[in-house]
Order: sequence, then structure tokens, then C-alpha cells
Amino acid sequence: MADDLELRFERTVQSEARIEPRDWMPDGYRKTLIRQIAQHAHSEIIGMQPEGNWISRAPSLRRKAILLAKVQDEAGHGLYLYSATETLGADREDLTTKLIEGRQKYSSIFNYPTLTFADVGVIGWLVDGAAICNQVPLCRTSYGPYARAMIRICKEESFHQRQGYELLMTMMRGTQQQRDMVQDSVNRWWWPALMMFGPPDAESTNTEQSMAWRIKRDTNDELRQKFVNMSVPQAEALGVTFPDPELKWNEERGEYDFGQPDWDEFWQVVKGGGVCNEQRIAHRRKAHEDGAWVREAAAAHAAKHARKEGAA
Amino acid sequence: MSFDNAYESLLGGEDAHWAFGTGFSEALSGVDREFPAGVDREALAVYCLMLGDDALIFSQRLSEWCSRAPELEEDIALANIALDLLGQARMLLTRAGEVLGRDEDALAYLRDEREFRNVHLAEIDCGPGPGGDFAATIARLLVFSSWRLALFSRLRGSADPVLAAIAEKGLKELAYHRDHAAQWTVRLGDGTDESHRRMQAGLERVWPFVDELFATHAVEAALAGVAVDPASLRSEVDGVLEAVLSAAGLTRPADTRAARVAGMAGRDGVHTEAMGYLLAEMQHLHRSLPGAVW
Repeated sequence: MADDLELRFERTVQSEARIEPRDWMPDGYRKTLIRQIAQHAHSEIIGMQPEGNWISRAPSLRRKAILLAKVQDEAGHGLYLYSATETLGADREDLTTKLIEGRQKYSSIFNYPTLTFADVGVIGWLVDGAAICNQVPLCRTSYGPYARAMIRICKEESFHQRQGYELLMTMMRGTQQQRDMVQDSVNRWWWPALMMFGPPDAESTNTEQSMAWRIKRDTNDELRQKFVNMSVPQAEALGVTFPDPELKWNEERGEYDFGQPDWDEFWQVVKGGGVCNEQRIAHRRKAHEDGAWVREAAAAHAAKHARKEGAA
Repeated sequence: MSFDNAYESLLGGEDAHWAFGTGFSEALSGVDREFPAGVDREALAVYCLMLGDDALIFSQRLSEWCSRAPELEEDIALANIALDLLGQARMLLTRAGEVLGRDEDALAYLRDEREFRNVHLAEIDCGPGPGGDFAATIARLLVFSSWRLALFSRLRGSADPVLAAIAEKGLKELAYHRDHAAQWTVRLGDGTDESHRRMQAGLERVWPFVDELFATHAVEAALAGVAVDPASLRSEVDGVLEAVLSAAGLTRPADTRAARVAGMAGRDGVHTEAMGYLLAEMQHLHRSLPGAVW
């Protein structure tokens, strides 16, 4: 019996059909998905902070509106993704607790600080760009609710990326001070953006099983290469350079060669040693704890209301 | 949209989508922007600044909740309200700027505190800073949106076609803001002992700023037919607030002091101490890079 179910599951996955919430699935698949989707949801929620950092100071009303709407979208993405985990039997409150207790991770990129307004543009261009490269293949991932959430998220992320790039284009046409600000920001975010694809394939522990289950579709190094190939012409159009002396076109491969990020720094940030790790979690914890009385009140009111309706 | 090339949307083509809308489109396209005959344009500009600054400064306060709300749904809702108000502010500052020869950003970023005409209710800290909490934020939103909704519903009949159009567009937004605040007021008033206590304290926090909303300013008095006399809104707004507070089991606070300085308040550009810090934060980047383009 169990073998039949497993066989059917394997066939569904191999034939590129979708696994849906009521379908049988192996425990490992369920756990891996919950971990991955929750981590993605947490990343959206924590990712509100570095950009939210500039809403109050945005230098024009149009940019303020764009930024506020973008950060609002991220909260929406977090919501879709937490909902996707709920179809697998997870619970948002429980996942939030795991996040603020440091038991589940989020994308390490958000442990870097946003120091100038150019960072808002560079995050849109490079960080959202890298995220899109990672996420576009997930629109075809084997778990239905996740794939459908990713289609919507990718569309919105593409728009964010375009807005970010457009901000940088505008700044590059401005004063020398603004151009310097953009280049400085690119220098600070380029390597962390490359790190977003995860460690080199040889050191990545989760890749193989996830590829077999069609949860993951491309390896870290394949995606990283794709991102570099896409980004170099974008940088040229913008008039900025990437801080990598090894970056050059390889005629033979038809791709760019590039250097390796500082993987020691990567692991240090992953393990909690980045500039903003404590700050990000403390911020999220404070919001959650400060809001506890509000959530309790809403639940209490709803319960009273339900009782009244039941009695009527 | 093709997902094979993630960068496709970067260089033009489809204008793509925001999840929750931003209202960036030319909301007033097609509206006659001529000034009606016989209107005191200087007064009209000041009036637009008054209503525009109310929205801009309150939006700035509301956006402080971003990533700090009690739940994700509420984070989105408060950002939505802040965006609506920012949109209203931009249209009103743009209208003022048509008289004053300055654009929305010059008016938002390059005026000093004494030139801002918003009511004090918009600028005080009602949380997430130390000046309040979620309940005080809801109390302010309830009062502000009930008042502004009543105001905009009359402003639809303004002799200035632009103000009338702005009011028409803003009505739906403000009705949602008021509804959102009213629902939370009832939930918190009725929910737990703690939420009831906090909601009552939130009302006490904002009530001293209520009377200012209904004081007629000389500029408003001089713009008969164009501006709405706020004094005329009092009984309508009181009725709304009374109904919500009663449904929530809350008591209307007694303190309506409407403190003034030598007879002046927000509409005269005389603010609370909170305003200087709010503007310092909002304006510093724009001012520190003169000549920059954003």
C-alpha cells in the first residue's frame, strides 16, 4: 500500500505534474518543503526591514510611495508563503516563533545594512534580481500551492527590480555625488548578492534530494552563472562596475568568468555574525510581542461574537 | 510574461503589477485645472497646503508602523492607508504648487516647520514610538478619517474643480479608513480587559487634539464656496464617533483643551515639539543633496 502511494508520488513528480495538499507525500518531502517555504516567507518579512529603513527619509514623494508599496508587497508575499506552508500542516504562529527564536533561517542578505538611498535601488536591481533568478524556476516546482504563489511573487518581484533599476538610472543621470553613491552601493552589495545562490555545489548539502523531488530545479552554481551573465550588461548600461578583478568575458564558454565571494564571510553571517543579525530578529520579535495583546483582543472579540450568534 | 528570462520586464513593455496598488496613475487626468474666476488664489494655495499637509504628515506617521504592526494583515492595511493619504497629499501639494510655482517635492521637502499647515492631530506620536501604541494609532485614525471623510464629502461641491475631483477620489479611500478604524475600535474596546484599557487610553491621548479640527481658520472663511468650513462638520462627526464609541463600550473623553500658542495652532504653522523631529527625518536627505534628481 505504502509502496503504491510512493510510486504514484514519484510518477507524478517525474511527469512534471503537481503534488497538491491532499495528495500523499513522503514525510521528508513535506518537511523539506515546509522548511524551504517558511525560510522564504521569513525572508520576505525580515526583508521589509532594510528597505523599510528608508521609507521615512525617501527623497521624493514618488520614491516614498514606490518604496512603501514595495515593502507592503513583501508583507503580502510573506502572507502567501505562510499560507502555502499551512496547506502542508504548518502553523504561522509556530513558524514565527521559530524565526524569532533563531530556529529557522531567512536569507542572509538581509543581515547587511542599508546605508544610503542608493541601496534601495541596488537591492531592487541586484538582490531582487538574484531572488528572481532563484525563484523563476520555482514557478515549476512540484508542489502546487508553492508553484502558484511563486508565479505571483515573481511577477511582482520583476516589477520591483525594474523600479530599482530605474531609480539607479535616474541617480546616474544626476549629480556626481549621486553617481558615487550608486557605485559605492554596488561595491557593497555585489558579493552578498552572489552569495544569495548559496554555497558552491560541491559544498551544498540539500541540493541533490531537492533536485530529485523537483523542489529545486537548478544548482547554485548554474544560477549564479546565469545571474552574472545577466547583470554585466545591465551594469554597463548603468555605467557602474562590479568590484571583481577576475570578471571577464570567456569567449570559449560564451559566459563570464568571475571570482568567488568570501565564503568565510558568508558562513559567518549565516551563523549570526553579520552586521544586522541581532537587530533584524530583535525588531521582528518586538513587533510580534508588542502586538500580542492586539491579537488576543481580536480573538476574544471574535469568540464573544460567535457565542452571541450561536445563542441567537 | 515569460519566466524564461527574469530580466525581460526590466527594459520596458508590460507595466506589471503591484500586489496592493499604489494609485500612481494620473488620477486627475481630464480634470479642468483652470482657477475659477474670483477665487483668491493665494488663499486657495494655503488651503490646499492645509489639507495636503494633514495627509502628508499623517501618512509619514502611519508608515512608521511598516514592519512593526501586530500582524501581517494589519501591516498591509496600515501601509495601504498611508499610501492613500500620500496620494492625496501629492495631488493637493501639486494644486498648491500651481499657484506658488513650486512642485510637490519643493513643498514637501523645502518648507520649514512654520510653513506647514497641518493640524496637530496629524503630527503627534501615537505609536509605534513611545507616544502611543496600536490603540492610540487606531484612535487617531478613527478621529482623523471620520473628520476628513465628512470634510471631503462636502468638498465635492467645491467651486475649484481640482479640489472637487480630489475629494471625489478620496471619499472611497477615507470611507475604508474610517471603517477599518471603527472595526478595530470595537474589537479593542470589547476584546480583553487590557485592550479595553488601552483603547480608552488611546482615546484620551488624541482627544485634546479634536477641537482644533473644527476651528474655522481665516483662510477657510475667506474661501466661501471653495473651502469647507470645518465648524459645520462638528455635529456629523460627533454623531459618528458617538456611535462607534458606544458600540465599543468606550467613554468619550472629557479633555478637549485644543491648546494654542498666542491663539495659534497647526493651521497657522505653529506646531508641537514632535513636528521638528518628524521633518528633520523626512527632509534631511532631500536637503543634503541639492540639485540631485530622484
